[in-house]
Amino acid sequence: MATAEAPLAVRRSPRRRRLLRLREAPILGLLFLCAAISIFTTVGIVAVLVEEAVGFFREVSILEFLTESRWTPLFVEKHFGVLPLLSATFLISALALAVAVPVGLGAAIYLSEYASPRLRAVLKPALEVLAGIPTVVYGYFAITFIAPEILQRLLGQQTLFSALSAALAMSVLLLPMVSSLSEDAMRAVPGSLREAGYALGSNRFEVAVRVVLPAALSGIVAAVVLAMARAVGETMIVTIAAGNVPNLSWNPLEAMQALPAYIVQVSLGDTPAGSLEYKTIFAVGLALFVCTLGLNVAAQWLLSRFREAYE
Amino acid sequence: MTTTALRTAEWRRRLLRRHVLAAAAAMLLRLAAAAGIAALVLLLVVVARDGLDRLSWDFITSYPSRIATRAGIRSALLGSLWVVGLTGLLAVPVGIGAAIYLEEFAPRNWLTRLIETNINNLAGVPSIVYGLLGLALFVRAMDLGRTVLAGALTLSLVVLPIVIVSAREGLRAVPYSIREASLALGATPWQTVWHQVLPAALGPMMTGVILALSRAIGETAPLITVGALLFVPFDPRGPMDSFTVLPIQIFNWISRPQPAFHQAAAAGIIVLLAVLLGMNAVAIALRYWSERRRQW
Repeated sequence: MATAEAPLAVRRSPRRRRLLRLREAPILGLLFLCAAISIFTTVGIVAVLVEEAVGFFREVSILEFLTESRWTPLFVEKHFGVLPLLSATFLISALALAVAVPVGLGAAIYLSEYASPRLRAVLKPALEVLAGIPTVVYGYFAITFIAPEILQRLLGQQTLFSALSAALAMSVLLLPMVSSLSEDAMRAVPGSLREAGYALGSNRFEVAVRVVLPAALSGIVAAVVLAMARAVGETMIVTIAAGNVPNLSWNPLEAMQALPAYIVQVSLGDTPAGSLEYKTIFAVGLALFVCTLGLNVAAQWLLSRFREAYE
Repeated sequence: MTTTALRTAEWRRRLLRRHVLAAAAAMLLRLAAAAGIAALVLLLVVVARDGLDRLSWDFITSYPSRIATRAGIRSALLGSLWVVGLTGLLAVPVGIGAAIYLEEFAPRNWLTRLIETNINNLAGVPSIVYGLLGLALFVRAMDLGRTVLAGALTLSLVVLPIVIVSAREGLRAVPYSIREASLALGATPWQTVWHQVLPAALGPMMTGVILALSRAIGETAPLITVGALLFVPFDPRGPMDSFTVLPIQIFNWISRPQPAFHQAAAAGIIVLLAVLLGMNAVAIALRYWSERRRQW
């Protein structure tokens, strides 16, 4: 390491040191470029999506895109209504969150307020393993277990593919996101607040729900919003498990196509660049990008605006 | 009033209700925590049930085939190695460079804040959107075609925020006194970073790199968009070859109706999870080792 070099540095004259610093300017520039790549990435994403989407909207009116109820860009008779894809994305995300949020929050309360440190040290990483499993695996789980063994048997689902099957698989993926981030927020609540609650005669559950939960609320809401963004953008689970039929329906036992699944469907075919089909995936991608960006910005705003400081 | 006067029948009823509620809630919370673990176990059992019989050395060394029982993952595994290896070569130096800039050199101004907010937002962009960027920029505009290189460039952008965030955490854990000591001895800022801060932060940084690469191994959607092939009966031999990766091969088998292909998919999943498990074990070992070595 550098210990052998340090005495040399001491003996250097100030002029030579300035020279050294000047020589370091290119290194600094290079490091700045590395950091700036993130800006180029964002600019690139926006530019690519907007450019191709503008080409799309030159041929299809925005009004038709947002109000038409049929999505058949790959058929002979083409209709470009994004509503079936949007509603499927919304339905699947909402169902997934309806399972993942209560269960994840329950797990977070248990980990933060009930579990012993040793149990938590095992349980939390074990839950986080779920977040690291590739999403194709969840897709496989949905069509070989959730759909045939649970939904078709118990709820009388007709086809192998359904919005509910995708939503249930997705809820397992979202669970550790909700529980891990919420638990972090709850653990940041200082012990003195809990002790005050106990001193007033509350039991453990009352302290958890009436003291810790409200104090950690901004972090918990941010966790839920981040999970929502993840659900909207999650691609492989909906592609594999929900079926690829654009379907404007609120029946979760029917097959549907979500926004990202359509992009995959077109990408799997051989679509020539510049064709209208090619442009549709960028218009759909733009819709997806706007939704998730909005959610992410909201989550960060919540975290910074309502960060409780207990110092 | 004495305390006994307060303890009316009504008071007792309320206390009992609170106790019952708390006990029931404790049970439910325990169940919620167990539900995730149960789902994990169930998932692993289902995959093992379907795939263990299909797993063999032949499965790993065979090319994909139209005959389900002969299909293997050789080209997909090699493709994953190429793509993820190249992703690491691209994303790790750039990510660590960006982290060093932001943590050690960046002035506190609007540009730095913009870059930081931007990295946070990029971490939340769905990976399929990166796939669209890769398709338009690397495959079409830069004319790289549907190659390993185009896939690796796309995946590097996906994992870059993860590398940057974890590398910054590693740098932040190095105490300030080490930097001050180095500067006081006359070292320049870059000498301080290169000879003192980086070696001290290496352990946690490597952990982050491994986590980023395990994310890259599991990514499917952006590579489909970039144009990885579904059927690759040859070995990819360089960055300009066309390719497939393990998750896409699995996806291909899942999308077929025949149960024999589903078994192949399950066997592929076992291999994929084993690779991920191995990488995570290395990450945990690195973290343990670097924490033991730390002397401040």
